[in-house]
Amino acid sequence: MYTEKVIEHFRHPHNMGKMKDYSAVGKVGNIVCGDVMWLYIKVDKDPKGREIICDISWETFGCTAAIATSSMVSEMAKGKTLKEAIAITNKNVASELDGLPPVKMHCSALAADALNEAIYEYLTQNQHEIPDALKRRHERLAKEMASLEERYKAFLAKEQVANGTKTAGDVKHAPD
Amino acid sequence: MDKCIYLDNSATTPVAAEVLEAMTPYFCEAYGNASSLHASGREARQAIEKGRAEIAAILGVSPSEIVFTSGATEANNLAIIGMAFAHEEKRHIITSKIEHHAVLYPCQWLESQGYEVTTLDVDKTGRIDLEQLKDAIRKDTLLVSIMAGNNEIGTLQPVEEIGAICRERGVAFHTDAVQAYGKVQLSTDSIDLLSVSAHKLHGPKGVGFLMVRKGFSLTPLLHGGGHEGGRRSGTENTPGIVGLAASSSLAFNKMEETTARMRRFKRRLIEAIHAIPGTRLNGHETESLPHIVNVSFQGIEGESLVMKLDEHGIETSTGSACSSPTLEPSHVLLAISVPISMAHGSLRISTGRQTTREEIDAFLDVLPRVVEELRAISPFKVGE
Repeated sequence: MYTEKVIEHFRHPHNMGKMKDYSAVGKVGNIVCGDVMWLYIKVDKDPKGREIICDISWETFGCTAAIATSSMVSEMAKGKTLKEAIAITNKNVASELDGLPPVKMHCSALAADALNEAIYEYLTQNQHEIPDALKRRHERLAKEMASLEERYKAFLAKEQVANGTKTAGDVKHAPD
Repeated sequence: MDKCIYLDNSATTPVAAEVLEAMTPYFCEAYGNASSLHASGREARQAIEKGRAEIAAILGVSPSEIVFTSGATEANNLAIIGMAFAHEEKRHIITSKIEHHAVLYPCQWLESQGYEVTTLDVDKTGRIDLEQLKDAIRKDTLLVSIMAGNNEIGTLQPVEEIGAICRERGVAFHTDAVQAYGKVQLSTDSIDLLSVSAHKLHGPKGVGFLMVRKGFSLTPLLHGGGHEGGRRSGTENTPGIVGLAASSSLAFNKMEETTARMRRFKRRLIEAIHAIPGTRLNGHETESLPHIVNVSFQGIEGESLVMKLDEHGIETSTGSACSSPTLEPSHVLLAISVPISMAHGSLRISTGRQTTREEIDAFLDVLPRVVEELRAISPFKVGE
């Protein structure tokens, strides 16, 4: 079901891990749907004085496709100007991986969203002008994140009810 | 690694050499239609009836109580829908939240046809509450369908007690015994209908049976030549039935030895996995099938874990959302209140008769390393 490129990036992910001195981080997804992606960028000026993504890394909780798209989007954005990086879409990410199964297309969206969010955070923090499209996208994502947060809370509430009314039997497990 | 380590035996199993050998003559030599009058037909008929008698003897029922089907999905559908259509006066069915979809979906379909279905809760180990069952039984309850052993977490239900309650209240009891058959002693005394599939116990795919206790009428799902006493039309799958009988006999003859080994593997797996931080066992510690271990790992997602293990030639499965077309985590894990984050990080390891100690060791050697690798790239760190 996965292309060779997806498998390759999954097995040998590029730019993975946390970044210490990042300029901004984009956090997208929610545990309730099983995908969470944190994407760190470090922004610097190139010799021409343009702001570029000079370093990028990520941490992802998710399936094969989520990990492969994280790896791919980080490769695609590395060394790009912010303007170029903003233009990266989920379709670009998926096609660079020679396609994703339809049910996994949301993973590529997550990767592109994480990049956008990181750039949005950077621009906001540095009081730069924010392109309209980026702003609209951020607002849409913020709304989605809020509704996911609601769903997550609902799940947690249900878990608490279940834990309160039923005994655990004799299953031993590590603290959740 | 040239040979894979197959630890997905609750999905399916390799056909045993003895089973294949028993089946082989019925493809090209004894190929007659069991309904034909000539010698070839009689030979096929004989093989089918011998198989039926073998299975009946294992279950302690009479051969006429065994109906061969295309597998357990059909057997479950026949039990549930066949019973419902044959007894129109009673329109209430009871099942549980952790049944296989081959039970849940026929029940839901009946609901869409105006039947009423009560779906019982399970506790955190996956066991139903017998008091809740008693309370759920009504005057118009026709059938209780509760699986013997769960395919994802291995939890065994108190089948005898359920059967006794049903008997006392005059309700039919069906059990999906796909995973339990050949793995635990099943007393059929209080079971009215029981589904089995051959490919879960080293038999061929595409064949199974429904045990139907005498006196229970069913409306057939398949109409045609009136095979299987009019309960399931279609030319009998002679090689399949021979394979089903051979795999049943093998499984029950070797049951003690096989399941003792499986239990040892299971203990070793659970012990070793507990030693990895941030893990939990999903299911019941003791009332459980010997061949299934279901665990969750904090901070990682099940599908990528399965893929990582596959990279090392180890085949397992997961109940994570990412592995399902609906993108919802397994209904079984949610029903036993596995925290949502842990439900996404589940791994099912299921052993078979061919599984060796060396394979378990090799798996346990690789597992902590891949868990570590995936945790290294996850934003959720264990213990934070």
